[in-house]
Amino acid sequence: MALLASDLEALIRQTLPDATITVQGDDGVHFSAEVIDESFRGMNRVQQQRAVYAALKGKMDGPNGVIHALALTTKAPD
Amino acid sequence: MTDAKTQIEETVKANDVVLYMKGTKDMPQCGFSSRVAGVLNFMGVDFADVNVLADEAIRQGVKDYSDWPTVPQLYVKGEFVGGCDIITEMTLSGELDDLFEKSGVSYDKEAADKIREANA
Repeated sequence: MALLASDLEALIRQTLPDATITVQGDDGVHFSAEVIDESFRGMNRVQQQRAVYAALKGKMDGPNGVIHALALTTKAPD
Repeated sequence: MTDAKTQIEETVKANDVVLYMKGTKDMPQCGFSSRVAGVLNFMGVDFADVNVLADEAIRQGVKDYSDWPTVPQLYVKGEFVGGCDIITEMTLSGELDDLFEKSGVSYDKEAADKIREANA
């Protein structure tokens, strides 16, 4: 059930289709992702990252979550 | 019986700075919790630590409370501030200093500057 960085990117893209998404991590459980999306403009970081977590649809959730660790960076385009 | 939500609400309102973490501030049990606790300790911030590993209801409850899926979680004056990545960014940008100043939380500005120098 290990997840690939590309799966994670696809999942985020379903919710944020126009975002610039860079996902790294190849062990299936630890990832880092940078997500840049116009919809983030005017949101604080908590709101931005909540939107990304929402896109992951429960894959972060505790012992049953597939993703153990996700280092997340979010921003609006410059 | 007090439910988890009420308990969390009381804790974050009774303490200016609260960190929900895995382990304790003296003995963190996760790298992400350790990083945030380490920053607060280094900056000399007086904060309450809650070990979510000691209470499953709180562990789930704090995620529901903030609508945030991960631990650690930092609260200042009852408001959820963020998790490890956000606190790291805010430390390096100086936004955490601003938040503490605005909230009347005492901290060591020189120590905060040292963290920034070391990560410049």
